[in-house]
Amino acid sequence: MTASTAEPVEQAAPAPRPPRRRRPAIRRGQTLAPLIFIAAAVVLFALFFVWPGVFGFIYSLSNYRGFGTPEIIGFDNYTRLFGDPEFYSALARTFLFVGLSVPLHYVIPLGLAVLLTTRLARGQTVARAVFFFPWLISPIVNGVIWRWLFGENFGFFNYFLSIFGIGPVQWQTNGELALVVVLIAGTWGGTAFTMLLFIAALRNIPQSYLEAAAIDGAMGWKRFRTITLPLLAPTTFLVVLLTTIGGMKEFAMIQALNGGGPGTENVLMVQYIYRTGFERGDIGYASAASMVLMGILIVIALIQMRFDRKDVQ
Amino acid sequence: MSSTHTAAPVRGKKPSVVPGTVLLWVLVAVYAFPLLWFILSSFKPGSELFSLPLSILPETWTVSGYEAAWSRFNFARYFANTGIVAVVTTALTVLVSSMTGYALAKYKAWWLNVFFMCILATTMLPTEVIMPSTFVVIRDLGLYDSLPGIIIPSIVTATGVFMFRQYFRTVPDELLEAARIDGVGEIRTFFSIMLPLAKPMAVTLAIFSFQWRWNDYIWPLLVLNDPNQYTLQIALRSIVGADNIDWSVLLAASVISLLPMIILFLIFQRQIMSADMNSGLKD
Repeated sequence: MTASTAEPVEQAAPAPRPPRRRRPAIRRGQTLAPLIFIAAAVVLFALFFVWPGVFGFIYSLSNYRGFGTPEIIGFDNYTRLFGDPEFYSALARTFLFVGLSVPLHYVIPLGLAVLLTTRLARGQTVARAVFFFPWLISPIVNGVIWRWLFGENFGFFNYFLSIFGIGPVQWQTNGELALVVVLIAGTWGGTAFTMLLFIAALRNIPQSYLEAAAIDGAMGWKRFRTITLPLLAPTTFLVVLLTTIGGMKEFAMIQALNGGGPGTENVLMVQYIYRTGFERGDIGYASAASMVLMGILIVIALIQMRFDRKDVQ
Repeated sequence: MSSTHTAAPVRGKKPSVVPGTVLLWVLVAVYAFPLLWFILSSFKPGSELFSLPLSILPETWTVSGYEAAWSRFNFARYFANTGIVAVVTTALTVLVSSMTGYALAKYKAWWLNVFFMCILATTMLPTEVIMPSTFVVIRDLGLYDSLPGIIIPSIVTATGVFMFRQYFRTVPDELLEAARIDGVGEIRTFFSIMLPLAKPMAVTLAIFSFQWRWNDYIWPLLVLNDPNQYTLQIALRSIVGADNIDWSVLLAASVISLLPMIILFLIFQRQIMSADMNSGLKD
């Protein structure tokens, strides 16, 4: 673990670009070769992205149940979907979950990254390994770990609180508290990845900027807010984008943690699609829900792209 | 990068490292506790798991949970299945990503730009979103209930393509042109010059890809039906999904499932901790 700064990072840092020169005229191999290089990716992309995308839309207009010939029924699935309280509840929960988890996934890993890169703390190499460890753990085991800690009758937290005469707290049977547990587990499991992103970004801030700020008398929080944070903007954008998408597709951890419970209170969108499509065999209806989720993600992506452009200006 | 950290003149008196260190180590304790508690619990006998007052360390250490888990579930089979999926997918991911990334970085054509935009789109739209129809595609291709059914759809990841595209952009074009002047074919140039150059990227992507596939859940869940084909995560889920969870078995089984990742971490910790995360690593 000693001096673990990275060879790969160093080598991957963009080299000063050589002066532009005119490319030689395109030769035959230079059309054929790239075509061969991307062929496998194109085929796989078409098979597992374009085809399901197109068919997903067609299924969403049909009553397909996974066998036989789908019969086109127009927009019935969508009308049904918009009258389905379970769908609204899943959608609302997903937004609430994303809205709460994105700030957590931003602030906590950034704080840890700052602590791990500052000269004002000791033992950082070991600490970094500990913070990193949850990355190794699968979402299923992550869910199991927190289910074990937050068991209502046997869990460590309720035992701990009972020492102070509190509880038992209903971590599993109260929908809001169950969501809190999901947020904690998700943040714990997602910290390492985001933290490494921030560490790399913090290391890339030229020391001279920070020194100049120090000479101007800006230290601590002020220096962080006026110098560091603006320089982290590209990473911030990436983190917000990735955690939003990650939150929108959260599935495995919740399956193991509380199965979307209590009842169906914490069923998020992907789980809702899974349940209607695979447990109830209603592929057409689930595809309609997929199309709605896809639409939402496209809108989110477009909004975030706009913000990114503003940041650059 | 470490050079930016050396010799920073700090004016005035040296600030104390005590508050920072204390805060850091409190957070370390908070982060370490869940897993520590989990692993220690797995060594407790079933009777002690729920007996109050709880104690951090097991009063009697036992591996009975591990024995029960190992005999009740076909772990050798799950390890083999998961291992095959993770290794094969990783090898193919590195190969396809490096070739695609190279083409996108080093050649210019309108259709390459179009394809790059398509790859960009996949990062915004995770396949989970269209899983009902993707499932139908996998079934219609005859891949249902087979390991290739998990492997093939996971090969192309936008992240891998981006990483290699970024990397090959930093390789000077002169190298490619020199090879051309020497009459080396385009394909051979890639495999004998460019791919070896990109080894650090390949290792980084391989580590990430292995972790994704080892821990994958949603595709195996949809695609696999026969318990003999189960991967570890699906097998674990079958214990979690039971009406009455046998915690001593579940705790042990979960810890067993972590071992390969822990071993991998210990071997590759330097590469993992220093991976170039700026490439937007996330599947």
